[in-house]
Amino acid sequence: MLTNVDSLVDRLRDGMRIAVPVDYAGVAMAFTRPMIARGLRDLDLVCVPTGGLQVDQLIGANCVRSVETSAVSLGEAGGAPRFNAAVKEGRIRVIDATCPAVHAGLIAAQKGSPFFPMRGLIGTDVLRNRPDWKMIDNPFADQGDPVVLIPAIKPDVAIFHAPMADRAGNVWIGRRRELAPMAYAATDTYVTVDRIVDDNLLADETTAAGVLPALYVSGIAHVPQGAWPYGLWGVYPADTDELKRYAAAARTQEGFDAYMAATDTRNDAHP
Amino acid sequence: MTHADTPVLPSETLITAIAALLADVRHVAVGASSPMPAAGAMLRQALDEQTRHVRLSILGSVAHNFFTNGSGELFDCAGQGRIDAFFLGGGQIDGQANVNLVGAGDYPQSKVRWPGSFGSAYLYFVVPRVILFREEHSPRVMVEQVDFISAPGVSPPDVYRPGGPVALLTGKALFSFDKTRPGFTLVSVHPGETLETIRDATGFDFDHPDEVPQTPAPDAATLALLRGPVLDKLAETYPAFAENWRRDLAAQTQHS
Repeated sequence: MLTNVDSLVDRLRDGMRIAVPVDYAGVAMAFTRPMIARGLRDLDLVCVPTGGLQVDQLIGANCVRSVETSAVSLGEAGGAPRFNAAVKEGRIRVIDATCPAVHAGLIAAQKGSPFFPMRGLIGTDVLRNRPDWKMIDNPFADQGDPVVLIPAIKPDVAIFHAPMADRAGNVWIGRRRELAPMAYAATDTYVTVDRIVDDNLLADETTAAGVLPALYVSGIAHVPQGAWPYGLWGVYPADTDELKRYAAAARTQEGFDAYMAATDTRNDAHP
Repeated sequence: MTHADTPVLPSETLITAIAALLADVRHVAVGASSPMPAAGAMLRQALDEQTRHVRLSILGSVAHNFFTNGSGELFDCAGQGRIDAFFLGGGQIDGQANVNLVGAGDYPQSKVRWPGSFGSAYLYFVVPRVILFREEHSPRVMVEQVDFISAPGVSPPDVYRPGGPVALLTGKALFSFDKTRPGFTLVSVHPGETLETIRDATGFDFDHPDEVPQTPAPDAATLALLRGPVLDKLAETYPAFAENWRRDLAAQTQHS
């Protein structure tokens, strides 16, 4: 169960559907460089429910075929430059969603259900551009009450970064509960963690409630500061200056390439 | 330094207007990267402190965030009717209160691509008091018709829709929204603006009273709350915004 990032990335294949979390919920940034170095192509990313730096870098490195997401941005550092350029030039397919619809799709998969019904959406161009979402009349209502059905989202792989795991492969996710549906829905889940603890996290009732059990985890790599330059909730803040530095550099493809080349020392690039 | 005599900043008038729009709310949620709505919600809480407790859920904050069930919990809460007010912006906003957070020009190969719809395609339907807030008030933002509907201002009668827009607040003016018309009515203009400057900056038609009042500035007690506890509290989630605010106050003091 405990291994290193490279051996986990070796299990990824071209064309896989990969789920990644929102910027404040534990992004496994330590996966990004090895994924690019491996030359992965045609990845279909699912952002849960929005994407940021990792998505932008994978797009800039030409690893991505499509992105299903509610938004992609660098937060306070501004818009996601490589994502925006790729959409404008038609180099990637963007599948626009809305946040609760992404959650609904994962929850359907978590339950082994084909779809999950949702309010809202009707009359939006988001729905109009999603032929895979179906509108039906609520069968329990006396008269017309349209609702939208969101099909299950079943990623091949979910990847994220968490504060800690034990040697049995249990991962502590605390209040970041959206990481659990990601793992339940995905075939495999690869996690990087800031630290490995010797005690079994499931043996203590206090930590057990915040645990994603090893049952849903396929591999763990120990990478201190593995979310950098993003932060890790309750552990360290985001490195906003680095995000801004990236945002400025990646405005052009040349600037992006130069940034990635200059900082391609993934194990010592961060403090 | 208390800044008690410092002239009111434009942002302080906006934050006060936001707090006024939140009268009587029990639970207000503020999305990521929204310092002024967050400050307005904090001011509402401070104004009502003696009489009732206003709940705040500020995404990205640790101190002002109840959620323990992941980023989906905000939407679950909203769907159950537990959130009374929320703020939405938009790259484009039109006269029917449709908002576009996706991009300008043809979809999907937009001329300009913005981040995306986030939760708007849901929250606009289920939160009863949605306040549209966008500081930039120009014809490129306030358009006759949006290029992409992330979330519609109004819905047909058969669509479940307890929520929707009640107001539009910009850097120049405050409008109310009437969903039966549907359309906006100019409520007040901020200092330095007139009906004519608002017309010039707005790409859609709107109703207005014969005499357009000015947006009220905060009174002394409100200003003390804003520059005291609200500013201190805001610094936890929005340190950069709080620092700029303090700097603007210091600069005003020197000039006055």
